[in-house]
Amino acid sequence: MVTYIFRRILQSILVLLVVGLVAFAMFTFIGDPIDNMLGQERTQEDIDRLRGVLGLDQPFVVQYVKFVISAMQGNFGVSYEQGRPVAQILAERAPATLELAAVSALFALSLGVVLGVYTAIHRKGFVANLVLTLSLIGVSLPTFLIGILLIYLFSVQLDWLPSFGRGETVDLGGWTTGFLTSSGMRALILPSITLGLYQMTLIMRLVRSEMMEVMRQDYIRFARARGLSERAITFRHALKNTMVPVITVTGLQLGSLIAFAIITETVFQWPGMGLLFINAIKFVDIPVMAAYLMLISVMFVGINLIVDLLYVSIDPRLRT
Amino acid sequence: MSALSRFWDSDFAWDFRHSPVAVVSFLVALLLVLSAVFAPLIATMNPFVPANLNLMNGFTAPGVPNQFTNETFLLGTDDQGRDVYSTILYGMRISLFVGFAAVALGMIIGVTLGLIAGYFGGWTDAVIMRIADVQLTFPSILVAMLIFGVAKGITPVEYRDQLAIWVLILSIGLSDWVQFARVVRGATMVEKQKEYVQAARLIGRGALPILTRHILPNVLSPVLVIATISLALAIIAEATLSFLGVGAPSTQPSLGTLIRIGQGFLFSGEWWILFFPSVTLLALALSVNLLGDWLRDALNPKLK
Repeated sequence: MVTYIFRRILQSILVLLVVGLVAFAMFTFIGDPIDNMLGQERTQEDIDRLRGVLGLDQPFVVQYVKFVISAMQGNFGVSYEQGRPVAQILAERAPATLELAAVSALFALSLGVVLGVYTAIHRKGFVANLVLTLSLIGVSLPTFLIGILLIYLFSVQLDWLPSFGRGETVDLGGWTTGFLTSSGMRALILPSITLGLYQMTLIMRLVRSEMMEVMRQDYIRFARARGLSERAITFRHALKNTMVPVITVTGLQLGSLIAFAIITETVFQWPGMGLLFINAIKFVDIPVMAAYLMLISVMFVGINLIVDLLYVSIDPRLRT
Repeated sequence: MSALSRFWDSDFAWDFRHSPVAVVSFLVALLLVLSAVFAPLIATMNPFVPANLNLMNGFTAPGVPNQFTNETFLLGTDDQGRDVYSTILYGMRISLFVGFAAVALGMIIGVTLGLIAGYFGGWTDAVIMRIADVQLTFPSILVAMLIFGVAKGITPVEYRDQLAIWVLILSIGLSDWVQFARVVRGATMVEKQKEYVQAARLIGRGALPILTRHILPNVLSPVLVIATISLALAIIAEATLSFLGVGAPSTQPSLGTLIRIGQGFLFSGEWWILFFPSVTLLALALSVNLLGDWLRDALNPKLK
């Protein structure tokens, strides 16, 4: 098992280095930073001197190693568009995205498990079939259309919930949170449903098929024979055994939530990292794009790694 | 017996005739594709030629005569007086063109790399599949956005709008080759063990003719299924990118761009500018998706 863990960690580091190479290549080959920094009246000497100062005259490999070292220290240079350090901009935007993703994940997991168990038990029921049909349509709807639909229903027609922004936020020493004000909480509802809906249907279908599989097994029949109540069988015996794949999928989907937040944040003008990334693409703001790429890969690779390691610790059969 | 009647009697055609979902979604998809292809003939105007537009026609509600010009538009007009019905037809052309071209690109790259990886094995296989694994770690829409951003950075500013469609095709195509490569690789590894490939090798055929003439035709049916499902995904990916403002420009709007434009009028009550493009996109994505699902089941002998 130690070799397995070691190999997984090594693999993750390799993936990150490859992504780092892509990010670094973006810096190097797209637009000359010298062009961005020096004005029209530059001389060849100026250019050469600045190249020396920035270390651009060194071999590719040396530059790459330097890039990796400064990236590990959280230094991604200065945004072309805003003229501020990228790390600082990302740190300001991160809480909005992380809070949105966390609430969406909670929504998807709780509703997904409940609906999954329900549709597995009442397999022939009208409500269960309705839920399944709706979820099929929901999956084929593009995320942004779901967002617009929710805005139309709950903001334009009913005027219940805000259609954009985070509402009032409270600053907790560098972390702005929307959890502490009622307008912040209300602003979270529509975006998190939009973002979490796809994951919710995914979890629901998974729980449903796993539950149906488990309910057929002998130990459930024995539990019935022992005279246990239907509720105890469902929740204590059956649901517990479906949790390993559910946890895995939820964990793996956490990364997608943060990536798909780009779409939701644009629909709801949510001031998070996704909106920042989209604007960076529009303005070809390479440092922000590269930093976002690195940050999201660290999250993805990290989550994958943690899920794999958790898998080993949850499921004793994988330990050899 | 003619080829047509043989096709009509085949299992495949029988399956199709007896699946209402397949027939309906095929007809819807066919109708949409045909109306996009013949858009110049059935549209009331080319809405992207400024000379055709009359600003007085702006914000005409569907089916109601305009109060200034007394003209009527089936699906209404947008803020610049463009007929929504015509913008949808022309927008669908862009959406479908990008969708088909992106899938074709992804398919060519994926099938080629899959054949190579499956046939040669060894380190070629290892390198190709590791690249696929790394790319698969990230959602394809994110990969597409990134490629779009990089390509945008490379193209000179004055060509950006003209090239946007091609950049879009490139980014979506490059983001979905992995599915093709994986399936073709697996099928190739199975096929290359079979006698006919051994025989072809024995009579001294080279790797290239064996791959293209012998193995390729035998691994194509799963490729067809993936291509159909990829088409639905590519249409949605294109719409998403254009909706986010990093896709088709407003001078060459796709359905996604039209939805982005329409979203601006959501609060002022001009619902038709947003509603009709959205419904069209839905019908397009849903019909292609259902068709792909049916195709997957029909071509999978294990399910019969």
